[in-house]
Amino acid sequence: MSKLIEIRWHGRGGQGAKTASLLLADAAFNTGKYIQGFPEYGPERMGAPITAYNRISDEPITIHSNIYEPDYVVVVDDTLLESVDVTAGLKKEGAIVINTTKSPDEVKGLLKGYEGKICTIDAKTISIETLGKYFPNTPMLAAIVKVSGIMSDEDFLEDMVSSFKHKFAKKPEVIDGNMEALRRSLNEVKGL
Amino acid sequence: MGIRERLSGNEAVANAMRQINPDVVAAFPITPSTEIPQYFSTFVNNGKVDTEFVPVESEHSAMSACVGASAAGARVMTATSANGLSLMWEILYIASSLRLPIVMSCVNRAVSGPLNIHNDHSDSMGARDSGWIQLYCESNQEAYDNILMANRIAENAKVRLPLMVCFDGFITSHSIENIELLEDDKAKAFVGEYHPEHYLLNKEEPIAVGPLDLQAYLYEHKFQEAEAMRAAKDVILEVSAEFEKLTGRKYGLFEEYKMEDAEMAIVVLNSTAGTAKFVVDELREKGIKVGLIKPRVFRPFPVTEIANALKNIKAVAILDKCDSTNGAGGPLYTEVTSALYTEGIQNVKTVNYVYGIGGRDVKTDDIEKVYADLQEIVKTGKVENPYRYLGLKGGN
Repeated sequence: MSKLIEIRWHGRGGQGAKTASLLLADAAFNTGKYIQGFPEYGPERMGAPITAYNRISDEPITIHSNIYEPDYVVVVDDTLLESVDVTAGLKKEGAIVINTTKSPDEVKGLLKGYEGKICTIDAKTISIETLGKYFPNTPMLAAIVKVSGIMSDEDFLEDMVSSFKHKFAKKPEVIDGNMEALRRSLNEVKGL
Repeated sequence: MGIRERLSGNEAVANAMRQINPDVVAAFPITPSTEIPQYFSTFVNNGKVDTEFVPVESEHSAMSACVGASAAGARVMTATSANGLSLMWEILYIASSLRLPIVMSCVNRAVSGPLNIHNDHSDSMGARDSGWIQLYCESNQEAYDNILMANRIAENAKVRLPLMVCFDGFITSHSIENIELLEDDKAKAFVGEYHPEHYLLNKEEPIAVGPLDLQAYLYEHKFQEAEAMRAAKDVILEVSAEFEKLTGRKYGLFEEYKMEDAEMAIVVLNSTAGTAKFVVDELREKGIKVGLIKPRVFRPFPVTEIANALKNIKAVAILDKCDSTNGAGGPLYTEVTSALYTEGIQNVKTVNYVYGIGGRDVKTDDIEKVYADLQEIVKTGKVENPYRYLGLKGGN
């Protein structure tokens, strides 16, 4: 892992992209990293495109701008591919991971000639089958951990189970479903 | 060794306030400072503090309640932003002239209009002459630390002035970052208890607070207030030295970053200083001698110290996240250039950049451009236009 990893999230208001970026920051923090997690606040409304960011490093982070040349991009909603330039500035040594039923080859044409690694995951199916509802952020969190390799699958799952126990203290019945969503997502990323 | 955590700036400040457990918090919500009273009110509700929380109907009332409670003898805290600070205006001056050590978080946001919720410094800079001590913070860590030091400074018998801790809205207030917290008992022991010398609820010493003060003595009272602001400088340094012993984190009047042999420097407040440090490191790797000064204490302004820190620099860019709209420079620029002139330093080329207005993101490219401009100024020995605008669409 290089000194500083920068990640940009694209989602729509209400899908939990901001929450996912904060959960990723939490997980990285718990493995000893320096982290930043911050959304770009705009007019917040359900369904509007939103952007969130993560910086993860072994050393203290002082930079406080948005991220323009990310190492990784996460797209939580594939309908954004037609309206948002999701690969803008994305490093070709990096990767993009997209929530879609399509394969990496099928979405390639929408990515403006991006030369880096293209990964996809069907977060909708995983979410509905494990959680009974469509919450794309949990699968996408696992997908970016897998694609970026910022921590091992084991460290990640171990941290998330304790995080969910805390977060869902009042509804423990949803913990198993969320953990299953994470495990399946780690194994179902295409294009690695 | 402290507690390793990750918190947003607002969470960090609310936690510092929980550790301080003030007697009274009066506040009215306004983005991006809303979370501070929001988190704090949950601490009140859950019995983590025994503070009297006063949810008022406006910021004018919030500051009025703070004044009343502080005059009564309470330790008082609040938080606001932008137009909330504007609505407090009348009472800000009353708080300082009555010498009430109220501590406020000012989560910096552009003052309307047009309406904007994002960060610049037009709110606190507008209040720079209201008699409040102003401390500025680069990060959530600095916001937390400055809040823990704030009561001690404001309440000191030589000072007795209100104090605002200013940090960047959203960039600092809403970003999650690593932070080291003090254990509750250590924080409480450091802040200590507040024992005011004179207060309204002291039945042994009946006093009047805020009576009419005309030609006979208002001038002298204003002089005392100004002297208290001057005295605050040493008190800030004393409290900061004690804080360093406790935490290992050093705070002065300003931070000097790689200034020892610097030929060019930027002076900038708050979170942009962090971005500028990143650029300084990059340029230093290329052998370019650049440095950075980040003022922490803007009121009182450290005239002699800043001038001394800059006296061997060939060219300095002073960055203002607010425009004074005065046909001249921004507030930090006019203070720094005034300091240089007052101290008789005339060989330093100075240039002002307004930047980041209304939350315009400040990129490393922007800071690189400033240092490139400084190299040009050093080369030519000329400052063609001292009043510049960084990152403005259409250029300047």
